[in-house]
Amino acid sequence: MPELLTVKDLRIEATSYPPGEAPKTVTLVDGVSFSVEKGRVLGLIGESGAGKSTIGLSALAYGRGGARITGGAVTLNDTDILTLGRSGVRSVRGAKVCYVAQSAAAAFNPAHRLGEQVIEASLRHRIMSRDDAEARALHLFRILGLPNPETFGRRFPHQVSGGQLQRAMTAMALCPNPELIVFDEPTTALDVTTQIEVLAAIKHAIEETHTAALYITHDLAVVAQIADDIMVLRHGKTVEYGTTRQIIEAPGQDYTKALVSVRQIARPEAADQSTPILTIDRVSASYGNGFKVLHDVSLTLPKGQTLAIVGESGSGKSTLARVITGLLPPSEGRITFDGQELPKALKGRSKEQLRRIQMIYQMADTAMNPRQTVREIIGRPISFYEGIHGAKKTERVRQLLDQIEMGDRFLDRYPAELSGGQKQRVAIARALAAKPELILCDEPTSALDPLVAEGILKLLLKLQEETHVSYVFITHDIAIVRAIADSVAVMHRGRLVRFGPKSQALSPPFDAYTDLLLKSVPEMEIGWLERVLATRRMESAGN
Amino acid sequence: MAAAPNPAGPVDPLAAGETSLVSLSDAGLAAPHSSASARGPWRRFLQRSPLAALVIQRLALSIALLFAVSIMIFGGIEALPGDFATTYLGQSATPQAVANIRADLGLDRPVTTRYVEWLGGALQGDFGTSWASRNSVSEQIGKRLGNSLFLAFFAALISIPLAVGLGMLAVQYRNRLPDKIINVVSLAAISLPEFFVGYLLIMVFAVQYGVATFPATVFDGMGFFDRLSAIALPVATLVLVVLAHMMRMTRAAILNVMSSAYVETAELKGLSAFRIIARHAAPNAVAPVVNVIALNLAYLVVGVVVVEVVFVYPGMGQYMVDAVTVRDMPVVQACGLIFAAFYIFLNMAADLIAIVANPRLRHPR
Repeated sequence: MPELLTVKDLRIEATSYPPGEAPKTVTLVDGVSFSVEKGRVLGLIGESGAGKSTIGLSALAYGRGGARITGGAVTLNDTDILTLGRSGVRSVRGAKVCYVAQSAAAAFNPAHRLGEQVIEASLRHRIMSRDDAEARALHLFRILGLPNPETFGRRFPHQVSGGQLQRAMTAMALCPNPELIVFDEPTTALDVTTQIEVLAAIKHAIEETHTAALYITHDLAVVAQIADDIMVLRHGKTVEYGTTRQIIEAPGQDYTKALVSVRQIARPEAADQSTPILTIDRVSASYGNGFKVLHDVSLTLPKGQTLAIVGESGSGKSTLARVITGLLPPSEGRITFDGQELPKALKGRSKEQLRRIQMIYQMADTAMNPRQTVREIIGRPISFYEGIHGAKKTERVRQLLDQIEMGDRFLDRYPAELSGGQKQRVAIARALAAKPELILCDEPTSALDPLVAEGILKLLLKLQEETHVSYVFITHDIAIVRAIADSVAVMHRGRLVRFGPKSQALSPPFDAYTDLLLKSVPEMEIGWLERVLATRRMESAGN
Repeated sequence: MAAAPNPAGPVDPLAAGETSLVSLSDAGLAAPHSSASARGPWRRFLQRSPLAALVIQRLALSIALLFAVSIMIFGGIEALPGDFATTYLGQSATPQAVANIRADLGLDRPVTTRYVEWLGGALQGDFGTSWASRNSVSEQIGKRLGNSLFLAFFAALISIPLAVGLGMLAVQYRNRLPDKIINVVSLAAISLPEFFVGYLLIMVFAVQYGVATFPATVFDGMGFFDRLSAIALPVATLVLVVLAHMMRMTRAAILNVMSSAYVETAELKGLSAFRIIARHAAPNAVAPVVNVIALNLAYLVVGVVVVEVVFVYPGMGQYMVDAVTVRDMPVVQACGLIFAAFYIFLNMAADLIAIVANPRLRHPR
C-alpha cells in the first residue's frame, strides 16, 4: 500500500531564554523517521519531553511555542509540506490533516456553538456545502455516541461534559474527511470510565472512515488498544519502532521493557489492621454555597499502613483530605486521630496536632515557593515545629535529602531547577521534616511520567518501612492502589461505595460502580478494549 | 435531590471565566436578594434566565448606588466648613444679616427636609436656584454639560479607535520595534500630568506656531467648525491622557486570547489570519477592553476639571470649580450628582456588555 505520510530525519529545535543567560538552542526532536499508510494508526509513545506532540504537530507543519522544524522532510501524498508557503500549509491544515488536542475544554472557542466549530474547517476549505457539512457532523455525532445528536451542535462548549467535548473534538477533526488525524493525548484528561467510552468512539470512527492517524499518548496500555504500529520516543529520539504486538509482547530495548512492566509493583497487604491511627466517623461536608460534597463517610486507617481512596474527579476524595486536615470543617461527624478527637477546624488545632498530619500535593511546583531554595523549603517545618536553626537544621535537611535519594548538591537549588520527580521528592521531604505520623498524599504521582511515578511510589513504600508513617493515598489509578494499599476505599459522588482490606475490596462480588471502575482500567493487552466492550454489550443485551 | 440548586449555580463557571468583574459583583449581589421571601422565585429566575437576572441586578444596584452617592454628596457638602452667607456678606457681617440670608435660602430648616426636597427636585430635573447668580441651576448645567459632552465625545471619537488600533498593531509586532515605540510613547504620555501636557501644547501650537486657538472658549451661536478648532488643544490633551491606558489594556487582552488553545485550534484548521482574529479572538477579548474603555469615557466626562480650567473651557468642570470657590452649594451638589450618575452609568454599561458578551450567561446549561 502506498505511504500516506512519510517523515524522514525530522529535526526540530527551539530557542530557550533562561533568565540571566544567553539564549540557548535546544534540540527537541532529532533524526526521527516513520511512515503511516492509509487507514493505519501509528502510536507515538514516550514521557513528557520526549517530543511526541512536537512530532505530531509537524504533520501539520506547525511548531508550538517557538519550535522550528530545522531539518528533514514531512511528505504527505508525495508533497513535502515543509516546503509549502503559508497558503499552501493552510490548505493542508484542517483539510488533509486535522488535530485533536489533549484538552478539548480549552481547544473549543467558548464564544461559538459546537456545531459551527465542527463544520468550520469543511466550509472554509470549500470541501463541502453547509448542508452536507451539517449532515456529516450529525452522522459523526451519531457514530461517536453523543447524546441527542440532532441538537448537540447547537450547544456551547460550556454546556457539555469533558468526555462529550473530547468526542466533539474528534468529530471536528473527522468532519472535513481528512486523510490523517493527529490525536494528541485525547483521553489523558478524562476519568477512566469516560476514557474507555471515548477510546471506543475514536476507534469506531477511525474504522468507519478509513482515516489514518497518529495517536500520541504516554500510556502504553491505551495505545495498545488503538494502534497498528508503535514508536517509542525518548528525549526526542526513536527508541524502538515496530508493530504493536512486537512492542507489547517482545520489547527489544530496556526502556521499552521498563515501560511495559511499569505497573507491576505489588505488595501484600498488612495482616493486622486493628490499631487505628485515624478514624473518620460519619463525616459530611458541604461548600459555602450549600452544595453537599461528602455524605456520611466512615473510614479507619490502621497505624503504619496505607489507605488508598479511589474515585473519579468530583467524587469527593480530595475534599475528604481537606476535611481531615481541617481546611474544610465537616458539617457533621467526627475525626479521631490516635485516640483523640481532632478539633474540626484548622484554627482549633494545636501545633502538635498540625505537626502529626502532613500533606503532599498533586502539583509539587505550585505547592512550593519558587523563590526559596530546597534548603529553605525543607528546613521551614524543622524550625517551625521544633525550633531548630543553623547548622543543626542544615544537618537535618541533609539527612532528609539522603532519605529521598537526592544528594547535598540540591541544597541550594530552586524548584525551577528541579525535574518534576525531584520536586515531588522535595515535597515528600518537606512533609517528612515535621516527623509526621500521617501523610495525606493527594494524587502525588498523577502529574508524573510512569517511570518517575514508579520511583516515587517505591520511595514512599521505603519511607513507610523506615519511619512507620501512615498514608492516606488519594488516587484515580487502580494500578497504584494494587501496588501500595493495605486497605481501599472507593468513592463515588461524595459517598463511600466500598471499603475494606485490599484483598476484599478488589475482589468480587463487586458493587456496580467498583465493577465499572475496575473494568475501565486499560490493560497492557492487545484486544482488551474489544473484550470489555463485547462483555458490556452482552450484559446490556442480557438485561 | 437533596442537593438544593445553588443560587450561584449557573454563574459559577464564571469564577474561572474571563471577567472577574462579573463573578465578583455577583457575589456581592446575592445578598440583597436572598431575603427569605425573595429566595425561592428569585433563585428560580436566576437559574432559568441568568442573563436577565444579572441585568436586573445590575440596574437595581446602580440605582441603589446612585441613591447612596446622593446622600454622601449632600452630607459631605453639609459638613464642609464655611458657608455661603459669610462668604457672600464678608467678615464684618452682622449676625442678623447672616441669619436673614440663611432663612432666605431655607438653611434654617432641618437637614433631612432639605435633602428630601433636593432629591425630589433632582429626580424631576430641577436642581434649584444658584445662590450666587440666582439663575436656575438646571438651565446652566444643560449648557455646560453639552459643552463638556462635546469635548468628551470628540476625545473619545479619536482616542478609542486609535487605542484599539494601536493595541492591535502592538500585538501584530509584539516585542519588536513598533511595539516598543508605542509602549514607550504611551507610557510617557500617561506619566505626564495633564495640566503639564496642556500647557506644553499651548506653548508649542498656540504660542510658537500660532496654529491653534487659545483660550478654548466656546459661546452660543458659534459655528460648528469654529467650535471644533477651539477644542482642538483640549481634545489633544485628553486623548494623550487616556490613550495609553486603553491601548495597553487592548494589547494585553488580545495577547492573552491569542495565546489560548482555541486560537491554536483555529490556526490548525488552516483559517486565515483575519478570520482567526475577527472570529476567534475578538469575541473573547471584548469584556476586558470594554471595561477599560468605559472607565476612560467616565474619566473624559468627569475628570476633565483640570483640562477645562487650563484651557478656560466653559464646561461642567469649570462650572463646579467656580461654584466651590463661592460656596454655591446647589451648583456643587448638582455637578457632583451628575458626575456620579455618569460614572455609574458608564460602568454599568460596561458591565452589561461584558455580561452579554459571555456565552456562559447568554446560554446557561
